[in-house]
Amino acid sequence: MPDSLTPAADLSALPSAPPAETRAMRLHNFWSDYRQSWVAIGALIVFIMLLVGAFGAPYFVPQDPYDLANLDWLDAFLPPGTVGSGGYAHLLGTDNAGRDMLSAILYGLRTSFMIGISAGVFALAAGITVGLTAAYFGGRIEALLMRIVDLQLSMPAILLALVMVAMLGQGIPQIIFALVVAQYAYFARTTHGAASVERRKDYIEAARSTPLPTWRVMFKHLLPNVLPPLIVVATVQVASAISLEATLSFLGVGLPLTEPSLGSLISNGFKYIHAGRYWLSIYPGIFLMITVVAINLVGDQVRTVIDPRNSR
Amino acid sequence: MTAALDVQNLTTRFATRGDAVTAVNDVSFSVEKGRILGLVGESGSGKSVTGFSIMGLIDAPGNISAGRVLVDGVDLRSLNDEGMRKMRGNKVAMVFQDPMMTLNPVLRIGDQMAMAVRVHRKLSKTDALEQARQALEAVGIPSPGERLQAYPHQLSGGMRQRVAIAMALLHSPSVIIADEATTALDVSIQGQILAEVRDLADQMGTAIVWISHDLAVVSSLADDICVMYAGRIVERGSAQQVIEHPRHPYTQGLLDSIPARHTPGTPLPQIPGSTPQLSRLPQGCPFRPRCPRASDACTVTPPEDTKDNQTVLCHHPLERS
Amino acid sequence: MTDPILKIENVSKRFTRMPGLAERLVGKVLGGGKPVTVHALTDVSLSVMQGEVLGIVGESGCGKSTLGRVVSGIYAPSDGRVTLYDKPIARAQGGNVDKLTTQVQMIHQDPFASLNPRMKVGETLSEGPRYHKIIPARNVQQRMRELLEKVGLEGAYADRLPHQFSGGQRQRVAIARALAMEPEVLVLDEAVASLDVSIQAQVLNLFMELRRDLGLTALFISHDLSVVRHVCDRVAIMYLGRLVELAPADELYLEPKHPYTSALFASVPTVGTGKRRFEAIKGEIPSPINPPSGCAFHPRCPLAGQRCSVEAPQLSDAGTNRTVACHLNDGGVGKPLRAAA
Repeated sequence: MPDSLTPAADLSALPSAPPAETRAMRLHNFWSDYRQSWVAIGALIVFIMLLVGAFGAPYFVPQDPYDLANLDWLDAFLPPGTVGSGGYAHLLGTDNAGRDMLSAILYGLRTSFMIGISAGVFALAAGITVGLTAAYFGGRIEALLMRIVDLQLSMPAILLALVMVAMLGQGIPQIIFALVVAQYAYFARTTHGAASVERRKDYIEAARSTPLPTWRVMFKHLLPNVLPPLIVVATVQVASAISLEATLSFLGVGLPLTEPSLGSLISNGFKYIHAGRYWLSIYPGIFLMITVVAINLVGDQVRTVIDPRNSR
Repeated sequence: MTAALDVQNLTTRFATRGDAVTAVNDVSFSVEKGRILGLVGESGSGKSVTGFSIMGLIDAPGNISAGRVLVDGVDLRSLNDEGMRKMRGNKVAMVFQDPMMTLNPVLRIGDQMAMAVRVHRKLSKTDALEQARQALEAVGIPSPGERLQAYPHQLSGGMRQRVAIAMALLHSPSVIIADEATTALDVSIQGQILAEVRDLADQMGTAIVWISHDLAVVSSLADDICVMYAGRIVERGSAQQVIEHPRHPYTQGLLDSIPARHTPGTPLPQIPGSTPQLSRLPQGCPFRPRCPRASDACTVTPPEDTKDNQTVLCHHPLERS
Repeated sequence: MTDPILKIENVSKRFTRMPGLAERLVGKVLGGGKPVTVHALTDVSLSVMQGEVLGIVGESGCGKSTLGRVVSGIYAPSDGRVTLYDKPIARAQGGNVDKLTTQVQMIHQDPFASLNPRMKVGETLSEGPRYHKIIPARNVQQRMRELLEKVGLEGAYADRLPHQFSGGQRQRVAIARALAMEPEVLVLDEAVASLDVSIQAQVLNLFMELRRDLGLTALFISHDLSVVRHVCDRVAIMYLGRLVELAPADELYLEPKHPYTSALFASVPTVGTGKRRFEAIKGEIPSPINPPSGCAFHPRCPLAGQRCSVEAPQLSDAGTNRTVACHLNDGGVGKPLRAAA
């Protein structure tokens, strides 16, 4: 240690602050806390594999399930493991149109992810705007916005989504919109809760009395400080958006089988389950379950790590 | 005569990620019946942890790694949980900065005080309430009978703190530990409570450890003063000795930086640097980097130096001029 | 003396809490559920000269922090006006407050709460000046370094986040943030109260140095009488939302005229030895929701007379540059309420 025996001189500027903490260091700390749980590591690995499988599907699955030219009626209902007319094994079997189930599932997973993630992001943006506005302005605006949110939270999300789809019709953008309407309230509630606490802190008052304009205080000062709990809600909501979408498709109001999601695959296979062709529904169902559980476990561990009550 | 409270070589450590810090480092002091010991220090000096350690209220990741705490000659650290529970509240009691640490918000004052009485003594509820009323009276609460019916939220901050002190007094404990007990109160209310506390020590013979960052409060209340820095007691002596003739450069610096001692408008003598972080203490004397008297010798932990019962932990103590 | 630059004229501030829907419904049946009004400030008038440091002293509920926030343009006054160079500092607009000047800046009590924890110090300092174009954009970096050095920190600290600093260093950053706006008037709300004793002296020295170098005008709000005496030119004592005494600091400490001021001085512990009595003020601080009639201090005042319980005393002259709001200074209190102790 270099000697700091210099007497009395002005040491008030002595760099007693630790070296600047870099983003890399924070990431490192986050990771070293995250990996405390083996379950969470497993869930993360599964989640990444599912992501790679879904978005990399076109590069390694044997068949493009959207391309009707690839389908052969002779291959219909092949049980898992059978070699079909294409000369390769259908690991998870084929469906009623001779579609390779593994390919269909991975393509379906891609659609599910896309819908779930975009719905999550849009719902996050909408919820943040509503929640921040309510918390920042308070008074009547707050009362009005939060009563609407409460009202919505008291209804089942699936009901709202069904009504929206019934009004808007089928298709990916319509489904995403319906999911956003059904889910933004969760984000609004969480944002409002966190922002109401932060809103009363002195740094907000300091920014307002500088003075800085309202939008700047809201989005540059308030928002970054309410974001962490929202990230957790977002992961869980992505999972719930995926299963909501699957439910809609299963009920037949979601996506048509020409652009299959996991839900429409399950729905399609459901007709044949009593005929012993279990693989048409069971395998997409298993993928859906694994996806939702993996996302929830990852979100849970992120919550544990960033919760200040658990911090050192 | 044995001291009401005798703390010997108390050491409390906290293990956090990566490293362990010693929050209380080899702390020794004793308080006799009816005397008030002021424990002064800045944030991170370990004064509060010392209080919690005496009460046996240290939870993981902290642990008391060495030392003895004798109350009326009984070593608290040798007791099991059950024995400690019997001592706590009965022989040693604590008053916190926030009285709501002691008070239950959903119970009437009288009910919770009677409950506290009956934990340690077999009394009828009526008798217990009478005990409670007397305790409230002892801390100068007007119309104590009515206050027994009140809920904590119906009282002002100053009143609540008095009730918390009254609860600490219920079993006439030998020792009361007060941690920043008047820090959150207004000066006029603080003055009232300090006067009551002084009377309590004088009349009931309670030994009191008064933990505070405020030298002015401690100097006007306490008989003896311990000054803590970075987990150690760096100076210990009678209030008069420590305030009038401090021997540790840190005590001297603290006293010098009080505005009331200087002509208004003039620069205040200041201790350079900032209060140390326990995880990054310098080798040897922890005050060394901020000390005007530091020399090469200070890289070694300083020895105790006692003169007329005034003990200081310093290689270069100030001498009386 | 020069003309006052900051004028606080007959300012009152009331906070009304409207009951929620549920409370109103219950109130319809059981009674109650009415709006509750807190009288935080009642008819306060003060003026501050160029280069003067005015101390505002009082206990909790006296309205000193509210006054600071009214002057800083965080609240708009309910009645009266606050002007800097004869221009209002803020105006109420709907339910919100529109601050009209950058010339008044505030420094908060708790530096752990007053800095945005997710903003680097450099950005915290430069955000205001950049937005209001107080410093030309190309000079911002250099100016930030100068400011940090001026408050005793290193220029390189601009890249750090607040949690990497100690309390004293954070308060220096907060001071630098206020100075970056090049204000005429600083409002310091208990700015050293949460700092350790050894750090408090450093920050007070910094404040006195900056004041000398920059000719700052300041409102120094504190409950600590010895700190106020050390840095202030004049001191205003407040009790329950009203100004009770105003005097040059040295005269006030030498000879307080209001019984509350005397009682306050007597209950402050000082560093010294020997057993001493704390000359306690009797009773508790009343609630600003239901202030006592007449002089708000009369229930606790050892000298109160009959007149004090009915008539609120007005500020009256008590020597050069001194005013006090007490009937003792204004025709007597009438028949004593209490037997002399």
